[in-house]
Amino acid sequence: MCAAAIACRGLVKRYPPDVIAVAGIDLEVRQGECFGMLGPNGAGKTTTIEIIQGLLQPDAGEVEVLGLGWKRHEADLRQRLGTQLQETKLPDKLSVEEAVRLFRSFYRDGNEVADVLRMVQLEEKRRAWVGKLSGGQRQRLAVACALVSDPDILFLDEPTTGLDPQSRRQLWGIIADFRRRGRTVLLTTHYMEEAERLCDRVAIVDYGRIIALGSPPELIATLGAEHVVEFALESGSAPDDGQLAALPGVEHVTHDDGKHRLTVGWVHETVPALMKLIDRHGAALSELTTHHATLEDVFLSLTGRHLRDE
Amino acid sequence: MNRRRLSSIRQLTLWRIREFTREPEALFWVFAFPIMLAFALGLAFTSRGPEVVRIAVEQVDGGGQALVTALNGTERVEAVLLDSAEAEYRLRTGRVALVVTPGDPIRLRYDSTRTESDVARLVVGDALQESAGRRDVVEIRDVKVMEPGARYIDFLIPGLIGLNIMGTGMWGIGFGIVKARNDKLLKRLLASPMRRSDFMLSFMLARLFFLGFEVTAVLLFGHLAFDVPVRGSLLAVAAIVVLGAMTFSGLGLLVASRARTIEGVSGLMNLVMVPMWILSGVFFAYSHFPEAMQPFVRALPLTALNDALRSVVLDGAPLLASAGLLALLAGWGGVSFAVALRVFRWR
Repeated sequence: MCAAAIACRGLVKRYPPDVIAVAGIDLEVRQGECFGMLGPNGAGKTTTIEIIQGLLQPDAGEVEVLGLGWKRHEADLRQRLGTQLQETKLPDKLSVEEAVRLFRSFYRDGNEVADVLRMVQLEEKRRAWVGKLSGGQRQRLAVACALVSDPDILFLDEPTTGLDPQSRRQLWGIIADFRRRGRTVLLTTHYMEEAERLCDRVAIVDYGRIIALGSPPELIATLGAEHVVEFALESGSAPDDGQLAALPGVEHVTHDDGKHRLTVGWVHETVPALMKLIDRHGAALSELTTHHATLEDVFLSLTGRHLRDE
Repeated sequence: MNRRRLSSIRQLTLWRIREFTREPEALFWVFAFPIMLAFALGLAFTSRGPEVVRIAVEQVDGGGQALVTALNGTERVEAVLLDSAEAEYRLRTGRVALVVTPGDPIRLRYDSTRTESDVARLVVGDALQESAGRRDVVEIRDVKVMEPGARYIDFLIPGLIGLNIMGTGMWGIGFGIVKARNDKLLKRLLASPMRRSDFMLSFMLARLFFLGFEVTAVLLFGHLAFDVPVRGSLLAVAAIVVLGAMTFSGLGLLVASRARTIEGVSGLMNLVMVPMWILSGVFFAYSHFPEAMQPFVRALPLTALNDALRSVVLDGAPLLASAGLLALLAGWGGVSFAVALRVFRWR
């Protein structure tokens, strides 16, 4: 039973002439876990998840899903997976119920249409045309079409991109429920909050490679400290990095857009010392913030870039 | 075929039907448009009495009025007296079929490639000779017939049915597929265990569903408004239109098999359909085209469909008489379908 739900080795996908979307990805998703691929747009997440779902042919590498290969067991596998793809527009002119019933008809076994609509909280909308739904409702419908087969593995490609916070939380609830029933989820996202809230393990993906792998707390622990202090100066000369690194509790010093970032163990030790240091330099603060370290900080420390280029 | 596949085919077909019936504009083009076309063309070509030919008499040195009077004395000519420039202008723009220049000899100017002008030449020639005193040597008696089945509208109705089958088959299927491809729905379906052939089949079944209404609407309209007969068996008509619809579904599938955009598929559709609009004998008999083109024209699927329909509807021929035409249709359909399945782009 501990067999991996998904295993892939050495995945490579090139788009001629010179784009390498996936540059050698090894991945193992365990049964019953929610696994996230976190990375910026264009990191190769969608290509990877589509290769795993047998929708794209890799140029190199192997994929096994539920212990089966795509070549020989495609029909069988399709019965056991549920998927939501990026950018799919479900039929505008069908009602919510009709769309779900359409997808239900493809599967041998699965959930009742009414049950699935209840799971995604679209019962009152069941007679509304798909074209009239809001973004969040549409996305929940896409997940309903994925859940209708009562799948062993649920694939979600950027399920909450472009949604408002409330719709996002609603979807998180649906995914968490599915995971609680012991099923496996593989999702891609570029929201670090989504990865932290939902995923048992996260692979951070950049330029077609996995650059870090682990549970969110593990990944954050690699920073060596759990808090981040950011400040910017209005006037006066800045203390140099050596002085900042010497402050109590500071593990790491970086600069970003004119801001100084300190990764620190204990905010209450560092901040008073930092204030004194700035005072001695005769400088004035224009900004000072602190937060718990996140996966965003992990990505930043690994690549020097933000997950989202805003 | 097990129950799940039947239910899946049923749901896919229902999807197609709903997509269409919930789009009022599409309903207009499929049902109202051919009827309006039949009505307009039927009125234009059948309700007109004996044709009156408009001609001009050129005013030369104040003369000509006598000729106008003489010509207007005959039934079929309507003559007007005009100065040379105006007469020339109207001849060039087709508002008169012929220009008479008084004198000795009387000169008749006309374009002999225009049917109307040719008729005018005969009528005016006769009228001029008669008014100058020619007497007929043999008596001729006219017996006029006006029988349903031999009029333009009778020719037109089967042609419009053929045209409609081609149009709805190609557009209905082409747009549906390209839209689904554009919306990434094809890819989503590919990720499900849906059978690809069931998907194609659902388009065909939905076509059959609408076909009955389309054909009945036009035939019934022809019958009620213009008394167009159906001389052969309705069953034979049904067999032909079903085969025709399948054939053009196959062609529609082929045309849409690779296109990524609505614009792209529209261009291809027109490329395929416009030649058949003109060549396949919808609005006029294809025998008008030069002999050298005939084999090509006859090889077109719409030509075969129209010929088979006319043979059953107008001549009352049995289905078997059109066996060759039907084989040609089936060939077009089968080959298009097979090629479409091979080259079809799902993403």
